[in-house]
Amino acid sequence: MIKALDSLGSKFQQRKFLFKQLVYRDFKSRYKRAVLGVLWSMLSPLLYFSAQALVFTFIFSRAEHYISYLITGNIVYYYFSDATTQGMFSLTSNAGIISKIRVPKEIFLFSKNISSFVNFLLTLIIMFSIVALDQMPFHIKFLMLIFPIVCISVLNVGIGYILSALFVFFKDIQYLYSIVCRLLIYFSAIFYYIDAFPDWIRKMFWLNPLYCYIYYFRQIIIYNNIPGLWVHFLCILYPLLFVIVGKIIYKVNDNKFAYYL
Amino acid sequence: MVVKVKDVSVKYKIGDFRDIGLKEYIVKKFSRNYDAKEFWAVKNVSFKLEKGDFLGIVGTNGAGKSTLLKVISGVLYPESGSVRTKGQVTSLLELGTGFDGELTIKENIYFRGALLGYTEEFMDKKYSEIIDFSELEEFQGLKLRQLSSGMKSRLAFSIASLLDPDILILDEVLAVGDAAFRSKSEKKMLEIIKGGTTTLFVSHSLMQIKRLSNKVLWLDRGKQMAFGETREVCAMYEKFIKEKKAAREQSLKAMEQAKKETGK
Repeated sequence: MIKALDSLGSKFQQRKFLFKQLVYRDFKSRYKRAVLGVLWSMLSPLLYFSAQALVFTFIFSRAEHYISYLITGNIVYYYFSDATTQGMFSLTSNAGIISKIRVPKEIFLFSKNISSFVNFLLTLIIMFSIVALDQMPFHIKFLMLIFPIVCISVLNVGIGYILSALFVFFKDIQYLYSIVCRLLIYFSAIFYYIDAFPDWIRKMFWLNPLYCYIYYFRQIIIYNNIPGLWVHFLCILYPLLFVIVGKIIYKVNDNKFAYYL
Repeated sequence: MVVKVKDVSVKYKIGDFRDIGLKEYIVKKFSRNYDAKEFWAVKNVSFKLEKGDFLGIVGTNGAGKSTLLKVISGVLYPESGSVRTKGQVTSLLELGTGFDGELTIKENIYFRGALLGYTEEFMDKKYSEIIDFSELEEFQGLKLRQLSSGMKSRLAFSIASLLDPDILILDEVLAVGDAAFRSKSEKKMLEIIKGGTTTLFVSHSLMQIKRLSNKVLWLDRGKQMAFGETREVCAMYEKFIKEKKAAREQSLKAMEQAKKETGK
């Protein structure tokens, strides 16, 4: 019994060490290669935001706090697209390792997601600065943002499971997914308001998980309002679904990955 | 028994969705044009190794040697049959495995240790030994991509051999490095055998196999031709190679002869 616990303990130590090493490596390759490093990865969502601000502020000039509306949508979207796209590459970019050494494969996905998460925290600084510039008051309810952040992070892992497995078998997933991501910009109400749509179309937005999180962010930051129970329910439901489906795909294909990498 | 391989077969597919992508796959599925070819890279291989055994695997190119090692190290799952191993397996399949060019030598040693399943504590203890053996102390802080390929292989060998695994899997790694390092690594290998590590390795140098191993497995196009004592199997293999060479020369001669005759 003690021996079994001991070996479980050392297994945990091993995994922890491996995970630490992987996260460290992913960070280094993410930030060291680019000249501007950390700054560059914050710059890219900021550029998207600025372009949209430039073009649309005029159109939506009557809307209040449009700048805050725009930045929340952009930051959440950017986190989602960055983490899932990076996650998609988690198996193939480690093909050299997976096809030579026996390692738990999920660990590569988790490590990529951690580095996207930290990058997201950096972009949150930008978001809060812009919100402050927009003269929005900061209040205690902002702490509730932890809830959608946790949910979307789990969702990213879930979608990462599915994409990374698919990408091992089908190399063109990469291009198909980048199209999906681009379309999501238009279907997630990032730069427009949905009030003008008829009721049934507005309801359709809830089918888009990304919209739920963006909605949550805006309710807290702009309207100082904690969304209703059913929004919380949706925020939890989507990540759960994707993680379960992703886990199953990994389980079924675990034996096949090494043949295709 | 430390390694037990029973009736292991591995099947590869060629020309399936890996090569065509999702769009084409769907189109082909609909038009019923989809077919993938298969071939057996390893077919019904069985053998057992005891503690301290040193197995040399011989065979011509495409015999399935590396595939078999991948199965034993747990990377590939066999189509049928089973592999049982006891203890910590450290595999050194090809040199670049698990190295990252952007990390320093020191970071790479830790990274590789982590990949091979060791703990941080263990690596702290072993680090100086590894760097000593590889003779790369003065380069510790350099990025890996700045090293020569000979240096990289020295590093790889040092890591794998100094981690005291129960089972060590080596694929063609003893053939690299300069002469001085090669003899040093062979000495290290002999030390490892005495220490009770079970080793499996692939080499194209029969000399090296005869020097190091006590058992030899001979594969040819995935099939197990022989397994047993080094001297016996090596003799059979040498004879096979000679005959093959002779047959090839003969057919070459026959072809030339035919050319000459038609030329006339």
